[in-house]
Amino acid sequence: MIRLAEITRVFHMGDQEVRALNNISIDIASGEYVSIMGPSGSGKSTLLNVIGLLDRSDSGHYELDGTDVTDLSENERARVRREKIGFVFQSFHLVPRLTAAENIGLPLILGGIDPAERKSRVDAALDAFDLRDRAHHRPAELSGGQRQRVAIARATIMRPTALLADEPTGNLDHRIGAEVMALLEGLHHAGTTLIVVTHDRELGARAHRHIGMRDGEIVADET
Amino acid sequence: MTPLDTLKLSFSTVVSYRTRSLLIVLAMALGVAAVVVLTALGDGARRYVVGQFSSLGTNLVIVLPGRAETSGGFPGAALGQTPRDLTLEDARFVGQLPQVRRYAPLNVGVAELTAGGRLREVTVLGSTAELLPIRSMKLAQGSFLAHGSERSAQIVLGSALAREFFPDGTVVGQRIRLGDSRFLVSGVLASQGESMGFNTDEIAIIPIDYAQELFNTESLFRILVEAKSRNAIESAKAAITHVLKLRHDGEEDVTVITQDAVLATFDRILRALTLGVAGIAAISLAVAGILVMNVMLVAVAQRTSEIGLLKAIGAPAADIRRLFFAEALWLSLAGGAIGFALGHFGAWMIRLAYPLLPAWPPTWASVAGVATALLTGILASLLPAARAAKLDPVLALSGK
Repeated sequence: MIRLAEITRVFHMGDQEVRALNNISIDIASGEYVSIMGPSGSGKSTLLNVIGLLDRSDSGHYELDGTDVTDLSENERARVRREKIGFVFQSFHLVPRLTAAENIGLPLILGGIDPAERKSRVDAALDAFDLRDRAHHRPAELSGGQRQRVAIARATIMRPTALLADEPTGNLDHRIGAEVMALLEGLHHAGTTLIVVTHDRELGARAHRHIGMRDGEIVADET
Repeated sequence: MTPLDTLKLSFSTVVSYRTRSLLIVLAMALGVAAVVVLTALGDGARRYVVGQFSSLGTNLVIVLPGRAETSGGFPGAALGQTPRDLTLEDARFVGQLPQVRRYAPLNVGVAELTAGGRLREVTVLGSTAELLPIRSMKLAQGSFLAHGSERSAQIVLGSALAREFFPDGTVVGQRIRLGDSRFLVSGVLASQGESMGFNTDEIAIIPIDYAQELFNTESLFRILVEAKSRNAIESAKAAITHVLKLRHDGEEDVTVITQDAVLATFDRILRALTLGVAGIAAISLAVAGILVMNVMLVAVAQRTSEIGLLKAIGAPAADIRRLFFAEALWLSLAGGAIGFALGHFGAWMIRLAYPLLPAWPPTWASVAGVATALLTGILASLLPAARAAKLDPVLALSGK
């Protein structure tokens, strides 16, 4: 359950003030599949970052799973990100030195999960995302689709309640992009809240709820 | 994140940036090796000098006339007296002390030596038979001044003098003129070069009575005393001071120095020197530390988006700080260990090349070298680690 109330986020570019988010209020129920669309600069990525606790709002309130997370300290926000949020990025953001299996296991290491448990969860993820034979390859040796699968496996390894994807298919060709979307939608069917930011209309249309943004404001919210 | 995982993860990072890591480790290792090798040289020189000095004679106590400390006026001065000389009689009393194994009174002067139409000025020592063992001198030919025969006109020549005056080699038994008196050459000293300010190759030694007559003095230049053991040196010193004070009407007008004190001075000087070169070598370690800081700062800049990712998947600032911290720890640990081995290898090579020089690196220097490497490495990582931990996750993710 995500509840944003009158969220405003202002950036200062020189002496100019840019309202990336202007008084946004929005509720997203657990298990929803939402797309956020809009032209670049409309504030859709900022909204995703605020939802994912990567960014703070300048005013307003944010309630996640029934707790107010507006004023959490940086360390507490890190813990919430680790336990409740999974990020999928356009450029994958894999650590180049680590193998696919190690990349997937990174959040478990950060969470201090013990090694035996870590291994069984990574093994399960490798099987679930069909990466078994790529487990010991580094990102440079993987195709784009495989990299995004590793990134999704990493995002879900801590069993988050919400999966936030920022242009997840932006660096992939059409066919591979469709495969990745099918994978994300499969996770949604299993109960995870899925929020996808995109400027691709076709992709956005697949979601059950469409939020349109322009100049930091919500201009459309339809199911 | 557990400490073990932090160490593992940072280790894999260090290994994957191979060239960068090797260069830092090399810089660190050279610094540590410099500390170890230079202190080995300094301490080796100290051991060498102290060893040479000890070979002059063991458990030596030297008595000089006159007082080294400044204190109140000499009370006898008002009665027209002068401070007392150190006399042969004083020396005999010193010789009776239970802590004293042997003693040798000493007079020094310069006189003209003539024999076979040759003439030169020589330094003349007047002493007794005990001088030879006390000063660890050796004879090349003949015998030293005979015991109990201080009144017989014998002379012992240094090896250079013997060669100059008697080039044909028959020295013992020859007659020689010193000042106005005639002496019989009883022996020749073995060549041993400079020792305690005299070149023993160019001196002549005669019985103390003749020397006092020759130089027209009652006063001794010094008394050389050998204590019974190393432990007896201090009590011998006290006893000598005491007995001479009693003999000089309660006036402490002699100075008693021990060779230990002289040795200790040399020891101190050379230790200070060793510390000095260690300090200079440590500067190179500081430079290596700055290198570590520079490379770590570059690493933070290079891995900005990776740091952003770690934050996005829930790494608290402390974890990120510790990751960079651990990287520096690995680098300086490797540098310290390799430098330690390299330094000890270098010291071993020096010992092979100069067997006379005991170039063993002192333990404190090895420990301090490695510890300094660790410390500078860790200090140098603090700033980059803090910078990484402070990055804003959104900006870092986009690589800004």
